[in-house]
Amino acid sequence: MATNAIERTAKQIVLSVQEYSLFASRAVLNLVRPPIYWTDFLLQSDVIGVGSVAIVLLSGFFTGGVLALQSAATLAAFGATAVTGQFVSLTMVRELGPVLTGVMVSGRNASSMASELGSMVVTEQIDAMRALGVDPVRKLVTPRIFSSIVMLMFLTIVADACGILGGGAVTVFLNHQNGTQYFHMAYERLRYPDIVQGTVKPLFFGYILSSIGCFYGMRTTGGTQGVGRSTISAVVVSSVLIIFVDFLITHVLLTVFGLA
Amino acid sequence: MSAAPASSPATSQGAPAPVVAVHHATVSFGGSPVLEDITFSVAPGETRILLGPAGVGKSVLLKLVNGLIHPDPGTVELFGEEITSLPEDRLFPLRARTGMVFQEGALFDSLSVRDNVAYQLIQYPNTPDQEIDARVREALRFVGLEETFSLFPASLSGGMRRRVAIARALINNPEFLLYDSPTGGLDPVTSTTIMELVMRQRDAHGTPSLLVTHRLQDAFMLCTHRFDEEKGAAVALPKGETVRNTTFLMLEEGRLIFDGSLEELVHSENAFVREFIQ
Repeated sequence: MATNAIERTAKQIVLSVQEYSLFASRAVLNLVRPPIYWTDFLLQSDVIGVGSVAIVLLSGFFTGGVLALQSAATLAAFGATAVTGQFVSLTMVRELGPVLTGVMVSGRNASSMASELGSMVVTEQIDAMRALGVDPVRKLVTPRIFSSIVMLMFLTIVADACGILGGGAVTVFLNHQNGTQYFHMAYERLRYPDIVQGTVKPLFFGYILSSIGCFYGMRTTGGTQGVGRSTISAVVVSSVLIIFVDFLITHVLLTVFGLA
Repeated sequence: MSAAPASSPATSQGAPAPVVAVHHATVSFGGSPVLEDITFSVAPGETRILLGPAGVGKSVLLKLVNGLIHPDPGTVELFGEEITSLPEDRLFPLRARTGMVFQEGALFDSLSVRDNVAYQLIQYPNTPDQEIDARVREALRFVGLEETFSLFPASLSGGMRRRVAIARALINNPEFLLYDSPTGGLDPVTSTTIMELVMRQRDAHGTPSLLVTHRLQDAFMLCTHRFDEEKGAAVALPKGETVRNTTFLMLEEGRLIFDGSLEELVHSENAFVREFIQ
């Protein structure tokens, strides 16, 4: 019995990975074959990008602030409070900016995509769209994926800037250190590989959160309860996958730039 | 609505080929078959009424015909083209030639009635807005709901949603229509209004269709009435007469147990058919 259950679960996992791979690749290939729904692309860019600015701005600012608070105490023990700016900017740009933005946007948008598409599935709106001769993957999924990829990169840049600004505010107003020194160190120590790391990662994270959100939405079954399950799965899987892929990309990029 | 003659390829014998032909189709979702060894066809200009109790696979059969579900094994031909093995992107042009009315309407709740009805037209950027508006108004006038043009589906009653769904299905002058329980859960007056619309499309435009219902009164009404354009209502045929191009199919537990005319239906010896129609 136990062996059968394990076998069944393993088969389901393999089948899900196969379905996800086909689904995600089909959504990407749609961008090179007409028709392309540019209006939907712009609409989703507004929903995903502009709509997420507030949470990204706030989470970035306070994360930078916390980093400055925590690091200042440790660095003071070594008489190195002057490098707080460098510490905050490198951590934000290379790691926390992309990951935090990815997870925050995933919580907001992967859930919204899964629930929106899931509701459309259970109310037969997706079938209606197919019956009307319109490809729901092309119309609903492809614009969401490409909007997420593009907008997440810009949102990450916003988060990085706000994080450095938050660290600066803490350094000046709470730690009573020199602001000019902080910002000088934050800027001076940033190198080209750091910027590349910080801007490449969101491209992957945007793809993950949107494709996972849409995938779970489109395979929703079981009515409104099913929509709830899809939403939870989309957020959990996309968040975990973002952190896992972050580990892989970091390892690869550090090796490529000879920093490992 | 402008007339939409059902174009159909001719067979080698000269007789028009069926609009839809299903051959030995079986559908299952992992467990026991939902549909088993189904074979039937819909001829040009013919209206077929699919009867059966709830949960017997009627809606699945409708989706099978439109390529939304694939049989395994079995084949489905739509407009003379075998669609079972066609990839999804090659099915879209064929589906665009059909109109489908879903059980609960399946209107897009984030779009207005205008955008719902015009959905197919909006996908083609070459259609000017003025033409879209005119065609939407014409379709809404056909179903008697022109005043709902700017409303959203949430503010419509169940019957109005079905009628908007019919307008959406008709706007592109379909060559074949699929109705999935268009009167299910509606009051008798609204049901009659919707059946009159189905009848009007059949009698005025000759569009072939497959209509699913479990309401016998609706099915019999379609067979014993015709739509009078002058009166703007359904009128009963003389006693004993029926609409010849309107015939019946009946499902029992996923199997097709009846295929024939109204007369054959009422005189059927099959115990299930007799129980169902009494």
